[in-house]
Amino acid sequence: MTTTVPSKSAISVLPSKKTPIIFSVLAVIVLVSFGLLGNSQTASFSLSSAGDAFSLPDLVFPGRASNIVIGVLLAALAAYSWMLRSKGRVLPVWSVAVGAVLFVLAFLIWVVSGANINSISLASLLAGGVVLAVPLVFGSLSGVLSERSGVVNIAIEGQLLGGAFTAAIVASVTQNAFAGLIAAGLAGAVVSLVLALFSIKYLVNQIIVGVVLNVLVSGITGFLFTTVMQEDPQLYNSPVHLPTIAIPGLSAIPVIGPILFKQSVIGYLMYIAVFLVWFGLYKTRWGLRVRAVGEHPKAADTLGIKVNRTRFWNVTLGGIVAGIGGSFFTLVAIDSFTKEISGGRGFIALAAVIFGRWNPIGAFAAALLFGFADNLQVMLTIIGTPVPSQFMAMMPYLVTIFAVAGLVGRSRGPAAVGDPYVKE
Amino acid sequence: MKLELRGISKAFGSFYANKDIDLVVDDAEIHCLLGENGAGKSTLMNVLYGLYQPTEGQILLDGKPVAFNGPGDAMAAGIGMVHQHFMLIPVFTVAENIALGAEATKGPGVLDLQVTRKKIREISDRYGFDVDPDALVEDLPVGVQQRVEIIKALVREAKVLILDEPTAVLTPQETDELLEIMRQLKANGTSIVFISHKLREVRAVSDVITVIRRGRVIDSVGAETSTTELANLMVGRAVELNLNKEPATPGAARFQVRGLSVVNDLGATSLDSVSFDIHEGEILAVAGVQGNGQTELTEAILGTQPVAAGSISLDGIELVGKSVKQVLRAGVGFVPEDRSVHGLVSEFTIEENLILDLYDRPPFARGISMNLDVMRKNAAAQISDFDVRTDNQLNPASSLSGGNQQKVVMARELSRDLKLFIASQPTRGVDVGSIEFLHRRIVAERDKGTPVMIVSTELDEVMELADRIAVLYKGRVNGIVPGNTSREVLGLMMAGVSAEEAFAQADFATSANEPVEAQPVPLETTEHTDTQEGEAQ
Amino acid sequence: MSETKAPVVPDPKKPGNDLFKSITQGPGLVSVLGVIVALVIGGLLIAVTDEKVGETAAYLFARPSDFFSALWSAGTESYVALFNGSIYNSSQGFAPLLETLTVSTPLICAGLGVALAFRAGMFNIGAQGQLIIGATMAAYVGFAWHLPVVVHLLLVIVFGLLGGALWGGLVGLLKARTGAHEVILTIMFNYVALYLLDFLMNTEAFRRPGETNPISPILDANAVFPALPGSRLHLGFLMAVLLTMGVAWLLNRSTIGFEFRAVGHNPHAAQTAGVNVARSTILAMAFAGALAGAAGVAQVAGTEKVLTAGVAGSLGFDAITVALLGRSTPWGTFFAGLLFGAFRAGAVNMQITTGTPIDIVLVVQSLIVLFIAAPPLVKAIFGLNRKKKRASATESTQAGAK
Repeated sequence: MTTTVPSKSAISVLPSKKTPIIFSVLAVIVLVSFGLLGNSQTASFSLSSAGDAFSLPDLVFPGRASNIVIGVLLAALAAYSWMLRSKGRVLPVWSVAVGAVLFVLAFLIWVVSGANINSISLASLLAGGVVLAVPLVFGSLSGVLSERSGVVNIAIEGQLLGGAFTAAIVASVTQNAFAGLIAAGLAGAVVSLVLALFSIKYLVNQIIVGVVLNVLVSGITGFLFTTVMQEDPQLYNSPVHLPTIAIPGLSAIPVIGPILFKQSVIGYLMYIAVFLVWFGLYKTRWGLRVRAVGEHPKAADTLGIKVNRTRFWNVTLGGIVAGIGGSFFTLVAIDSFTKEISGGRGFIALAAVIFGRWNPIGAFAAALLFGFADNLQVMLTIIGTPVPSQFMAMMPYLVTIFAVAGLVGRSRGPAAVGDPYVKE
Repeated sequence: MKLELRGISKAFGSFYANKDIDLVVDDAEIHCLLGENGAGKSTLMNVLYGLYQPTEGQILLDGKPVAFNGPGDAMAAGIGMVHQHFMLIPVFTVAENIALGAEATKGPGVLDLQVTRKKIREISDRYGFDVDPDALVEDLPVGVQQRVEIIKALVREAKVLILDEPTAVLTPQETDELLEIMRQLKANGTSIVFISHKLREVRAVSDVITVIRRGRVIDSVGAETSTTELANLMVGRAVELNLNKEPATPGAARFQVRGLSVVNDLGATSLDSVSFDIHEGEILAVAGVQGNGQTELTEAILGTQPVAAGSISLDGIELVGKSVKQVLRAGVGFVPEDRSVHGLVSEFTIEENLILDLYDRPPFARGISMNLDVMRKNAAAQISDFDVRTDNQLNPASSLSGGNQQKVVMARELSRDLKLFIASQPTRGVDVGSIEFLHRRIVAERDKGTPVMIVSTELDEVMELADRIAVLYKGRVNGIVPGNTSREVLGLMMAGVSAEEAFAQADFATSANEPVEAQPVPLETTEHTDTQEGEAQ
Repeated sequence: MSETKAPVVPDPKKPGNDLFKSITQGPGLVSVLGVIVALVIGGLLIAVTDEKVGETAAYLFARPSDFFSALWSAGTESYVALFNGSIYNSSQGFAPLLETLTVSTPLICAGLGVALAFRAGMFNIGAQGQLIIGATMAAYVGFAWHLPVVVHLLLVIVFGLLGGALWGGLVGLLKARTGAHEVILTIMFNYVALYLLDFLMNTEAFRRPGETNPISPILDANAVFPALPGSRLHLGFLMAVLLTMGVAWLLNRSTIGFEFRAVGHNPHAAQTAGVNVARSTILAMAFAGALAGAAGVAQVAGTEKVLTAGVAGSLGFDAITVALLGRSTPWGTFFAGLLFGAFRAGAVNMQITTGTPIDIVLVVQSLIVLFIAAPPLVKAIFGLNRKKKRASATESTQAGAK
């Protein structure tokens, strides 16, 4: 519709004020609330945990003083970005990242120095965050796979829940955790098949199918939980767990060891899956076609690519991935299945898809961030902080609202996501 | 490769878009499919390209019958197509777009774009295209995007290339370049099916011209056929493009645009200090190749496009900064260029569409309460006044044909007292019968004394309606000339030549021999004798 | 587009991917058949997990009649219990019907909120959050303030609507200003509301004195809807009826509704016709939120009379299915709300008498929506003629445009 006549701009347009404003606000918050009004006690972060090969010293920050310093640094960054804007330029990406890290650090120092116990284990904070992120990562990969091909996937929650339930029941009956893992993938695929069937074949609005599927899976698993599992929990709801495999030597490295080298099978699978999805989408013929189908299905069709078939398989593949992620609940994290065990994490995964800009690596990073926030919330409750845990729990949702509203970068999905493709 | 279509029919429901089409395209031939908008040309090509399945009939390649289940089959058989709306993925690079569907790989399915880049450079060099394989398609100008489409077909070794209305988005210069490329392709043995409704281009490049009207082949003729004859074949009756409208009796300048500039989201100037007046009782036509600022101009007046600088005043009232509703209330009637997107809510009933911008004012509403009775009576009156063909005014607007939809929009906008009437592409995709009807209503509105602004990329329409013509080029008014200015002059002005120079060149060209314009076109109403340069701003 | 297509063929890729149209394809018969298929599948699910059926299946080939009679009775007994609990039974007469109406009240209100947003082209998944904020504000006014009769209840209602309107309007504002998709926004706002309520329930202001559980004080007697003696049915139901009438008037006979619908179908054309699309978006979401807020009022000032962290239950999501089954028309939503209310009310009795878990309602509910959204599937199941597809699509468009 809009036409662009390439000619020199007579009226210059300055870049958006959003970034400088956000940095200014953050600087004020850190300087005033965290710094001047903050607690003067120290905050200490321990980096080592029992079983490490060698131990690192704790990081200790004086609460008020460090935050005043960080506040000044942020203020300088804000000033820098105002200055750049007046010259018509935007802040480079690295400085945005530095700003974000500084703010998180200031926040941590502030809460820990103000808590009843002024010490927190950074190592377990990170390691626990990764563990909590596992189902989120799988869920968000499912979202990426599906949405990159043009099908909205609101049903991640249902895929996770279906996977968790099936893994529990199969691993209990067969007494084999790997059978549970495979069954979970199949269950996720079944949920996806319904999504694919209704949205691709019957052209039902994809959001409607997704929303309804979540209710359906919740209903079926809830029903079977009561009628089958609770009748004989010994037989049906005592899943064998997947072992945690520690790689000798490497797993003893402080901080990094537990994150990378002391995981369950699903945890290792997560790293592999993220790499495979990224490599597949951006480096292979398959990925080029999938992205084409999600951006401009008609163009893909005119080049002989089967649009609906591509979508169908991608949605199904996404279901398998999310199903495996769901099995994490019952094969690793928790002893047995309970109703609504996924507890809305499918929606956080969806948020990670958006916050990660439909890129597998981005979604992975977003899921890690959300997992970390989740874990932080738990740990802060233990050390007794002034911040109510509910506000920490809101974090992923608020961050996503900011992301989609364009306050922190613009998040735009594949152009054709949500539109069914109909050949005339 | 020799391509043959035998008895092709394509039906949508009970409607036949193509009926019993026979067509033979010889090896290394440029074969033109000529027909009006909506004649069924694109449908036929979509059948040929495997996008549609023919209801009846047969396709033969080098004498062998073939059946295409999809574009993949057609491509494999050596048919390439450049669609009117480019089939390119904006966020992909040129190389990715060209590789798509025919990717070179190394190892198991891993992309090897290096191979594609090399092919692009080869073809680029051979035909003198200047295309960077790693540029993002969305950053490329339209003309270059078209070349990417052509490269895409050539990489797939197309023996028959279908070009669907390729010149619609091009300037006259770019068009000339494209015609040259077509000749080169032909010399290299490629057959070309060239779809167009622009007579001059068709005659300049075609070996054979097949005329299609209402889904049927009317005749196949040679390029030597005169423009008048082709036009007659195309519309099916002696073309009488003269409305016999009375000469305008312009009054005072009622509508004034001064120094209007619009900057788009990317910071590019899409309108640059545009100034003009429209007088009481005159039609000012805004001519130009699509995409030279027409959309921005009308949207800026309506208020849906932010204005960077300048003023727009109607009867002394400033319109810049007013909401759309205030502009409409000020007495502006507005027919948007794309009725299905901006003019109608296709799911709404005809009744509702007839009050789409009147719903909240008396007599249709009091406060927030609507009077549905008045809406109904209004609809009945408008439908009979504008001869809208429908069996029920409760039908959705989508049930109407293009011409009748346009009548609904026009009826709505003309149904109130106007101080200014703006119509963009008032007859795009409308059948011939309705065109004349709509044109007469526009002239009637002028004769009531309303200043009228018509925006059209169809030169015929501009020349038929205009009392004065403003030519837009790259967002600027490239001169305002009298309504009877010749086609050559307007063509040159649309290509950026100034009015003075255009008149001078056109005088020269009639004696020499201009490449595209082989002979003067007899569709004009008058010769340009009175060149009032004083009109040009 | 240079080629005009056959006029009757609906263009599948219209601007804006028409939401309303996509949920209203197919005639009424398909809805009825869809409900039947869903009930049958639900019945089968009940039957196959029934113990007796399992026992008889063990000797299926020896005596198949036992198996099939067990299968039949397991399925039907549950549905009979459902009917007894929701409409009529011999001991209580029609008293269960009153319970159905009570349970329907919030479903209808929240369903209207979803339906109204649908009509304005938006997918309001946020009824849950809007309901929570509405209920929270209504409840606070109800227990913290002490006002005379009538005035107090009116204020409770007003603040409930305001709370929902605020939460919905905020989404509308963000969508209008930044172009963010409302589905994502409403999902996120639901969780924010949930945690906000969770936080508030642990504060002095909201927690009942002397309680360790997150439960508020009981609302003042003046602040709650009068109830019909001997039942839980309260005047909130009347509010639901009035709201249905109001929404019907708003959508079909007011300029505001005309704008909502125009924006819903084609925002570009609406804008060109002078409609302020941003304002319409914000207003539609605020109205939708207010309706969900009314559901919150019905809960705290009618059925529950207190505020708890679980006040919303799954109402917000049920509301989506209600609006979908009701095809987003006000009265369609009303009757769909009654139907699902009957399921909810009857399910309690069903669980007590036959041991069938309430979750079966979720299953049936979601199956109904899936089936009515895909008429070709239902027609295929019943072997109906597929050729009428086009005619019915046009028909529903007309019905929708009225």
